[in-house]
Amino acid sequence: MIVSDARRSEGQTIALEVHDLTVAYRDKPVIWGVDFALPERQLAAIVGPNGAGKSTLLKTIMGLITAASGQVRVYDQPLEAVRKEVAYVPQRESVDWDFPTNVLDVVMMGRYGQMGLFSRPGKADREAAMSALEKVGMAEFAKRQISQLSGGQQQRIFLARALAQEARLYLMDEPFAGVDAATEAAILELLQSLRAEGRTVLVVHHDLQTVADYFDYVLMINMRLIADGRMEETFTTENLQKTYGGRLNLLSEVAHLATRHSHILQAEKKPE
Amino acid sequence: MSMEFEIIFTAVMVATACALVGTFMMLRKITMLADAISHAVLPGIVLAFLLTGSRNVLPMLIGAGLLGLLTTWLTELLRNRGRVNEDAAMGTVFTFLFAVGVILISLFSRQVDLDQDCVLYGEIAYVPLDLETHLGLTLPRAFWQTGGVLLLVVAFVGLGYKELKLCAFDPAYAVSVGISTVVWHYALMSVVSLVTVSSFESVGAILVVALIVAPPATAFLLTDKLRWLLGIAVGIGGLSSVLGYYVAAYYNASIAGGITVVLGALFLIVFLFAPDNGLVIRWQKGRRTPQSVVAEPSR
Ligand SMILES: Nc1ncnc2c1ncn2[C@@H]1O[C@H](COP(=O)(O)OP(=O)(O)OP(=O)(O)O)[C@@H](O)[C@H]1O
Ligand SMILES: [Mg+2]
Repeated sequence: MIVSDARRSEGQTIALEVHDLTVAYRDKPVIWGVDFALPERQLAAIVGPNGAGKSTLLKTIMGLITAASGQVRVYDQPLEAVRKEVAYVPQRESVDWDFPTNVLDVVMMGRYGQMGLFSRPGKADREAAMSALEKVGMAEFAKRQISQLSGGQQQRIFLARALAQEARLYLMDEPFAGVDAATEAAILELLQSLRAEGRTVLVVHHDLQTVADYFDYVLMINMRLIADGRMEETFTTENLQKTYGGRLNLLSEVAHLATRHSHILQAEKKPE
Repeated sequence: MSMEFEIIFTAVMVATACALVGTFMMLRKITMLADAISHAVLPGIVLAFLLTGSRNVLPMLIGAGLLGLLTTWLTELLRNRGRVNEDAAMGTVFTFLFAVGVILISLFSRQVDLDQDCVLYGEIAYVPLDLETHLGLTLPRAFWQTGGVLLLVVAFVGLGYKELKLCAFDPAYAVSVGISTVVWHYALMSVVSLVTVSSFESVGAILVVALIVAPPATAFLLTDKLRWLLGIAVGIGGLSSVLGYYVAAYYNASIAGGITVVLGALFLIVFLFAPDNGLVIRWQKGRRTPQSVVAEPSR
């Protein structure tokens, strides 16, 4: 709780708090002593190289993987107590899209957690699912079989399913992976509207070029937490180098872009 | 009731129960676990037999159910803890347990009125000879047994439909919304054990596996809707039971064998001629637009 005290004193509510989290597959640790507190109403990115443990971190927060040690609190409560307030968007490669079902049924799965054992989806669930489909611009695909969707459409269906949960905290694993520019813009808009509604979104993001543009907050991870905080202060060349190691020439370029971007941002902000 | 009807009706009930659980096993890509369980429940049946000294159904179902759970648990254990892949884990567990069953039978062959042929191939032809009275009704024992299990399966699939579906489609997401995939996995496996054992005497361990595997696989080529998939699988199981009976009667062969042959034949026909996914149609489409064959994802 030490972490959050400082921030709470700034008057911010903490949406997600991860305390000294260590996760191992068999005996090999892949996340080591990760500690952070994410304030609410943020668009936050998780960045880090392949194999850094980003997906593992999200899965552990969701209770899909048991941590070796440490704890996770959501809105200052254990996950089990507020599970309905948290929605998870897995990587879309994690399922078999040949599964015999249609788009609306998949989005309706977002309601299953709230429905309770043995009960069937009702009218309210169907309406919530349809409205989620509209938000991702897929309403006319409701009756389409999921085996007939493109990658970008699959991604939007997964987002719609999470939206149908009407959660407060969203954890998304690479929602921008393999989508075209138009879909990327649509997804970004969606994330921004979630933030505008007061929700908190934590997204694994791979495109370093756009991180600073899209997000307010960043967690930089490479097995350990390298840095976390507001984008402007945290997404620096030095932290990028620490996260990705020396191996990226490209990195300096990205960091350059990022700093230039924050200069522009500051320049834009000044007149106000 | 004619004997013919009683035999066919039993086979159809068994086929229906098998098709329902088999569909969910196929979607979870654990169909081969049915093979494992159908063999591994044997020691459970034998032990129930030895302990109670009777062919009473309930102890046998309980014995088989426990062994089914043990198989599932041991398989998971070897896979998670022991760096053994799932196939190997299953293969090891079920051959071991089956062997234990066989040894038990031969050790206690005088007390146990179960011969190994009967366990493997079943003897559905004897269904009409073995009667039992409940609620003032005298019916073949197999009716009570398979009928009871069928009701249980229908209730399980009906009540747990959305959970079974989600656990099959996206288990990680299921857990994330608070649906325990572990609980549903064990529940499904227990039901599979019950289906297997209730079908043992009538159709045997080999046909049970065929009835669990083949109808869903055939139905999958014909539809991409889950409700239809369940319905068509049940239909194929039932149709094979009826046709299989007459094939066997005509050639004076084993009924279980007849049903298995029809199952195989139906699969082959659908595989070749299915309207969307059949080999012939795909081949014709392929000739018209050669690229589409390459682009088609393999199932
Ligand atoms: N099921 C598993 N069993 C064993 N090791 C695993 C498993 N899943 C992941 N790992 C290992 O854990 C480490 C972290 O994996 P993770 O998937 O969390 O990385 P990531 O940061 O999401 O990578 P990417 O950018 O490629 O998605 C990797 O070294 C990976 O090999
Ligand atoms: Mg990942």
